[in-house]
Amino acid sequence: MAATYDAELRRAGADATSRAARFRLLLRRYPLGAAGAFILAVFVLAAVFADAITWLDPLRTNAPEKLMAPGASHWFGSDVMGRDIYSRIVHGARISLAVSLGATIIGSLLGVAIGLASGYLGGNFDLFVQRIMDILQALPLLVLALVTSAALGPSLPNTIFAIAIPMIPASARVIRANTLSLREAAYIEAAQIQGMSEWRIALRHILPNTVAPLIVLATAQLGSAILTEASLSFLGLGVPEPAPSWGRMLSESAAEYMRTAPWLVIFPGAAISLMVFGTNLLGDALRDILDPRQRG
Amino acid sequence: MNADAILEVEGLSTVFFTPSGLVRAVQDLSFTLRRGEVLAVVGESGCGKSITALSLMRLVPTPPGRIVSGTVKLEGRDLLAISEAEMRDVRGNAMSMIFQEPMTSLNPVLTIGAQIAETVRLHRRVTRAQAWDRAVEMLRLVRIPEPAQRAREYPHQLSGGMRQRAMIAIALACDPQVLIADEPTTALDVTIQAQILDLILQLQQQTGTSVLLITHDLGVVAETAQRVVVMYAGRKIEEATVEDLFEFPLHPYTHGLLGSIPHLAAISGAVAERLQEIPGMVPALSNLPPGCAFAARCDRADDRCRADVPPLVELRPDHIVACWHAGAAS
Amino acid sequence: MIPVLQVEDLKKHYPVKSGFLRRTTGQVYAVDGVSFSIAPGQTLGLVGESGCGKSTVARAVMRLVAPTSGRVLVEGTDIATLSKAELRPYRRQMQMVFQDPFSSLNPRMSAGDIVGEPLLVHGVATGAQARARVAALFAQVGLRPAQMDNFPHQFSGGQRQRISIARALALNPRLIVADEPVSALDVSIQAQVINLLMDLQRDQGLAYLFIAHDLAVVEHIAHHVAVMYLGRIVEIADKVTLFRNPVHPYTRALLSAVPVPNPKLKRKKQLLEGDVPSPMRPPPGCAFHTRCPIAVARCSVDAPVLKERDAGHLAACHLADG
Repeated sequence: MAATYDAELRRAGADATSRAARFRLLLRRYPLGAAGAFILAVFVLAAVFADAITWLDPLRTNAPEKLMAPGASHWFGSDVMGRDIYSRIVHGARISLAVSLGATIIGSLLGVAIGLASGYLGGNFDLFVQRIMDILQALPLLVLALVTSAALGPSLPNTIFAIAIPMIPASARVIRANTLSLREAAYIEAAQIQGMSEWRIALRHILPNTVAPLIVLATAQLGSAILTEASLSFLGLGVPEPAPSWGRMLSESAAEYMRTAPWLVIFPGAAISLMVFGTNLLGDALRDILDPRQRG
Repeated sequence: MNADAILEVEGLSTVFFTPSGLVRAVQDLSFTLRRGEVLAVVGESGCGKSITALSLMRLVPTPPGRIVSGTVKLEGRDLLAISEAEMRDVRGNAMSMIFQEPMTSLNPVLTIGAQIAETVRLHRRVTRAQAWDRAVEMLRLVRIPEPAQRAREYPHQLSGGMRQRAMIAIALACDPQVLIADEPTTALDVTIQAQILDLILQLQQQTGTSVLLITHDLGVVAETAQRVVVMYAGRKIEEATVEDLFEFPLHPYTHGLLGSIPHLAAISGAVAERLQEIPGMVPALSNLPPGCAFAARCDRADDRCRADVPPLVELRPDHIVACWHAGAAS
Repeated sequence: MIPVLQVEDLKKHYPVKSGFLRRTTGQVYAVDGVSFSIAPGQTLGLVGESGCGKSTVARAVMRLVAPTSGRVLVEGTDIATLSKAELRPYRRQMQMVFQDPFSSLNPRMSAGDIVGEPLLVHGVATGAQARARVAALFAQVGLRPAQMDNFPHQFSGGQRQRISIARALALNPRLIVADEPVSALDVSIQAQVINLLMDLQRDQGLAYLFIAHDLAVVEHIAHHVAVMYLGRIVEIADKVTLFRNPVHPYTRALLSAVPVPNPKLKRKKQLLEGDVPSPMRPPPGCAFHTRCPIAVARCSVDAPVLKERDAGHLAACHLADG
């Protein structure tokens, strides 16, 4: 019944509307998603134009001005070495975005390659790969990242890599499941009938049709990557000093200054929460928009 | 008020509010289902026939849909005016419905018998045991072999035809006055379809239930119904007895539809010739033209057709049509 | 004349696996010994109910599944055992049109790219040349070449089926396997597509293997008709003979079950009892004997073979002869 009704609706609403109108409609239907996109955009702009919107060097220590409360000279206050927290947060957005985006992209790409091969080739290869993914997924994300990061040693690329590895199974599974169902689609059979190579079918006919679920998943992973980076840095295994990292800003100050200089904790904590919140809002909206079953 | 009317639909309009605009799924629809008859509502996908069925049962998903006007009188009582609680008592009791897809309309985790008994206990003050007995009796009525045993089986253990029989058993368990059958055989094979149609007709004669049969298949209409309502783009465009409609189709759309289906020449004696095509396609319901919705596909259309919606007029006895040029029909 | 397609004793059995170790515990006899041939420019209608194996025949002929045994001769060459690479040149000879106009087109490719892709894959034409050919194909199937850059969701079901047909025509095949090509379409649109297929056959001498469950449609389009039941052909003949003078009780029941759009025709329907048995455990003897109105003791033991009754009219029934 639902199918008939959907078909009738689809047919009824089949006339195309303009791209701009569609965009306005999206904003109206998903205000929270728009808010999430806005939050992320603010962070991205802050990261890109960090030097233009701050005036104090995030790395420069200044003993006389240490532990100053938020005010005109230091908007978000200063830390124990007199570094400007506002400047460190803005510059920290670079680290946070670089690590989370980098890790998500690498994790997704590897996941896509593995999932596509696993789903399309099937057989023993699939069986073998899936068991490896099972093992990877059986370990908590953070623990796995911890081990990788400890083994590789702290550096920006190593942090990205350490966070990317545990992300692979999730994308690989989504892509594999999608590939399996797409492999049965009539247009894939049509491609086989024309004598296309497996490569061409996989890259041209299957991959583009798995982009939507991948984007949804990647947004969700972005949020957890931000958190993992913060956690790794908090534990001292993330991006090394002196680069400003929100997670380490927290770890340096949490125990000692929570009561005496709460701004040391509040601002980096708020930055992390806000960014994760933004990605989650956007992710939820994208899931609704890109999932055809959700369309009314 | 017609004495032998069981269900009277008057001026029914149902709309959907969608991102692409207002969709007029059913517009100003009126018809009468008489006691003990099979009335077919026929049309292609998007003509509003399924939404009509849902509107009668008040099952239109709201939002985005809404019944905006009209009355649906079951034995004189307007179903659109009663409370939801009262309506729940009508559904499955005085008026019930069977759907196209028997697998998705049955709950996979309950036995067939339990599902029938549930309906009975909802509407009748009976004990569990009595309801179960009724379930087995209904399965026997729809000619499922070994009904007592089958009642304990789950939907996936039954074949497609058996499932549709089980659906019919549920629908008829409370002796409804009206049975709405929405494409009941479309998902079935032709030999199974013949069995199910035969069953519906026999039960209808046995129980006196009136049947509103919604279908796209003119062959099924010809063999099953006494009267036909033809719908196009949300409106009724023609209504007649089944013999009159097939012999003297007055609306150009009906005429085209009859010409576009291949007849089984070996049986009907018709000569196989090139099929008639209706050019173009059904207009989008969110963007209907001002006049007759069929005008763009019609070879008789003129300026008046494109400007004004033609009214329904009775051109032959018991045969009404909405077309400015129906008189000129061949 | 050499047939475009000749199928000899085609079988496709699927193993049924169950249990922890995925051991093979049985076989689904989807297609169990099917033979037929199609002459150039002719249409063979393959009819039967769901699960009778007609779609599996199509898929095995197209080598979407590898046949368990039997031969599939395309202009004299057995393609049933060819490797993928060896198969490629034969792909150009035969193409397929699918049932579902929605899932048979890649939603992320433009209509023009979909139709033009076979040209690229087989290196027939590229660039402007390919585009011109696609435009010609669009016109041929009744679509406007201006619609080439539109995406599948912007077309109606009937138009999508036209795109599918254009794609099948791109390589100038001699045979098109059409698997229920009109059953997902509305009645008035069905007629458009049937007429298009018949026009194309007349103009280009195409041969069709036309698979359908709708006997009226098959009677309209086919020259020969084969009726399948549980993986086997039970009757095959030219169209007129099969529809006017069916001898197999299943063919008769099938014909009787078709609803005819003529309310004046009051005929006694011959209803079949029960459902189609599972192809995993086909009944012994004649597979139809469990539902057959005229079955005798012999039918449940002894499987009838296809026997020629008149020239070109074959039926598999012990009682049809008498």
